[in-house]
Amino acid sequence: MQFAIQWLVDKFSFLSPISILLLISLMFIVGTVVLLLAMLYEGLGTYALRKIGGDIQVRIGPNRVGPVGLLQFLADGVKLFLKEDIVPTVVDKKLFILAPFITFAASCAAFVALSYSDRLVISNLNIGLFYLLAISSLVVIGVIMAGWASNSKWSLLGGMRAAAQIVSYEIPIGLSLLSVILITQSLNMGEIIRSQSGGWGILNWHIFHNPFVFISFFIYFTAALAEVNQTPFDLPETESELVAGYFTEYSGMRFGFFFMAEWGEIFIVSAIAVTLFLGGWQLPIINNLDIHIYLKNLLQLGVFLGKTFLLIYLMLWIRWTLPRLRVDQIMYMCWKVLLPFAFFNIIGTGLWLLIFKGKGIPELVIQLFS
Amino acid sequence: MEAQRIYQLLTEKFPGNIYELKEKATQPASIRVNPETIVEISSYLRDDSELAFDFLMCLSAVDYPENFTVVYHLFSTKHLHKIAIGVKLPREAPRVHTVEVVWPAANWHEREAYDLMGIVFDKHSDLRRILLPDDWDGHTLRKDYQAPKTYNGVKI
Amino acid sequence: MAALESEEMFINMGPQHPSTHGVLRLMLRTDGEVVREAVPHIGYLHRSLEKIAENVTYSQFMPFTDRLDYLASMNCNHVYAMAVERLAGIEVPERAEYLRVIMAELNRISSHLIAFGSFGADMGAFTPFIYAIREREKINDLFEMVCGARLTYNYYRIGGVAQDLPEGFVGKTREFLDYFEPKVKEYNRLLSWNKIFLKRLTNIAVIKPEEAIAYGVTGPNLRGSGVKWDLRKNEPYSVYDRFEFEVPVGTGEKGTVGDCWDRYWVRIREMEESVRIIRQALDRLPDGEIRAKVPRVFKPPEGEVYLRAENPRGDLGFYLVSDGSTNPYRLKIRAPSFCTMSIFRKLSQGLMVADLVALIGSLDIILPEIDR
Repeated sequence: MQFAIQWLVDKFSFLSPISILLLISLMFIVGTVVLLLAMLYEGLGTYALRKIGGDIQVRIGPNRVGPVGLLQFLADGVKLFLKEDIVPTVVDKKLFILAPFITFAASCAAFVALSYSDRLVISNLNIGLFYLLAISSLVVIGVIMAGWASNSKWSLLGGMRAAAQIVSYEIPIGLSLLSVILITQSLNMGEIIRSQSGGWGILNWHIFHNPFVFISFFIYFTAALAEVNQTPFDLPETESELVAGYFTEYSGMRFGFFFMAEWGEIFIVSAIAVTLFLGGWQLPIINNLDIHIYLKNLLQLGVFLGKTFLLIYLMLWIRWTLPRLRVDQIMYMCWKVLLPFAFFNIIGTGLWLLIFKGKGIPELVIQLFS
Repeated sequence: MEAQRIYQLLTEKFPGNIYELKEKATQPASIRVNPETIVEISSYLRDDSELAFDFLMCLSAVDYPENFTVVYHLFSTKHLHKIAIGVKLPREAPRVHTVEVVWPAANWHEREAYDLMGIVFDKHSDLRRILLPDDWDGHTLRKDYQAPKTYNGVKI
Repeated sequence: MAALESEEMFINMGPQHPSTHGVLRLMLRTDGEVVREAVPHIGYLHRSLEKIAENVTYSQFMPFTDRLDYLASMNCNHVYAMAVERLAGIEVPERAEYLRVIMAELNRISSHLIAFGSFGADMGAFTPFIYAIREREKINDLFEMVCGARLTYNYYRIGGVAQDLPEGFVGKTREFLDYFEPKVKEYNRLLSWNKIFLKRLTNIAVIKPEEAIAYGVTGPNLRGSGVKWDLRKNEPYSVYDRFEFEVPVGTGEKGTVGDCWDRYWVRIREMEESVRIIRQALDRLPDGEIRAKVPRVFKPPEGEVYLRAENPRGDLGFYLVSDGSTNPYRLKIRAPSFCTMSIFRKLSQGLMVADLVALIGSLDIILPEIDR
């Protein structure tokens, strides 16, 4: 995108009407492509959820629409679109209608800042990580709005839980990511991934840099589960306590937007984990391949998605295995367990960087033997 | 303990208020007592160490042609003996004092008896209908109950 | 810490709610998430079974007992049949008694399986529910072999059972028992010992033993409070005195005696005990008649009887009054869940909304039995 804009600016004078028009249409096209890809992923994500869930629960899962049920998400999507759009009479209409869009838009907007491969970056932001954290926090605004506007007590309780939980867990997430930022000294997603390349293969990944970052990864992953309302922490939407939490009163495609937003969120937090801790699109074998640049980028995209889906699979596995915590236990875990550890990790990483002059464990080990 | 002995203990303690012991074709044996003194008798049955009826198994109301009868089926988890206590109430105004203070289990059973049989339990803490809607007419388990044609305008 | 000023809120939980196990309605008075009081409102499933009983003959009422506790129809059948037999003084043939015990215990397992599974679902772990359903299907297959039905069996008759075992039933049952026993260990690994599960359930909604007896709480809920009381053992009916089995009680090994986990744990161990009973009954299954001679127009003599027996959810009692005619004069059903539910208001005070769900699940109530 940046290249395209640069090209436009070079070609035409900067503020000519035609360049602005082209720019806007370009943004529109890219936006639509991103949105479509995001929705495709979210559709396939729900398919994966049901198939994996079925596998874990000794049942079959969707297998009727399309080959092995692959098109089930299309059927579901069509169904959701065709369903009657019910807006209960006592809701706060404006907020009620707005809420799912905010949530959905926020989760889709996060997709642009990710670095999918060396060259495939939709928007190469220098504050990429910061942007991601900021935009995914917007999701909770839609959730609270939905809880409040529904004018239902179950929704309200769900919204309150969401507000308390998601806002709280943002802090350990931010802090655990800080320890990586200390090492990379950059917020750009591409830069962070490139800083994990080097001669020792996967040992260059930040997760193996020092023990503090290793712990940070698990803090991040746990907090991320809470951030995206996955099972041990799925309090805002507990189906057995709050009926469906903040989206109890939603139906049809409005419900569908919440559902897709949740999937977008799951992808984003997994992608962030992959980017910061697990080497992003890098895999030692592919790095050293001497092939055409486009093919290489395609492979890198595959690697990136593969790693991300592995983390998503892990989340689903946890989701189908564990019971859920109670609301006070969740807050306890955030403020009294994860947060102190996250602080400790920042200090630890800082000291490590001071003492060992920015070198990670693999480097030190090799120094020791050479 | 034998029903005979329980009957004997009760008549000694509450002379004139214990009416009859029925053992034939009745399991467990049943003792008919004066409804006026049901709370005293119940407390005695529960608190006496020899009797120790601490478990109210069941509380039922029966609609006989000449009266209503409330039957308390008691059991002692300590001595493992059973007895049924029955009180006869007049058909016109069946009232009896609640035994909720003696056995908390009676609370819901008495509400049920009130709801379905129309027996009023004096001093009950929460005597509301329990199974039927609050605005239901009549008490369905009475033998002379006639089912209504409509309920709140809805045909039944 | 200075108390913040807060407003109380009334919430209607049910009659349509995912975890009230049926059409139970609770009026919650809450302060945020903390429940000040939960008042149960029941009766949404009231079918006036006791009135129906007065208008049908003794044997015609048998199918209605299926609808009392539909997860344990066999057990309800059993108690009613015994009550009528006691009233009329009928001796049941030995083989019939054994068949009754086998069916009742199989049904106890299937009922506890649902309790286990839906409890897991209440706690947010949905997978155990599917596992439990998988095993229950096999029990349903067995019942289907025996009586052709999968939910409301109507298998017991006054004086015996409806029909003898079909060919291959004993072998299939043994197969199931061999298959089922290791599964219980799997459940424990998956759910019972789970850290989060324990954290959610231990020390929550403790029922003290004396309290349980005063409120008439029976069955696994009473045993969860540490009272070793099981009618199959303490007041043996049918042929239960011929079998060896333990009565599991709550020991508070993970928290307090009588908390939610103890009640849950009693059910899990009871399934294993039921397996033991069925094995012994299958081994000793005698030959002979399966039904006593009962006249076609069945008129028990005048009299009254109160009979109770151990159902999966507690003591189910029938108070039968006969006036010598073909229909019961009065039938009162003492439903275990009804008595269990009466302690609910007391237990709910000070719990959180999430604990309330745990409490309902651990009490394992069933609504058609409460509402009758």
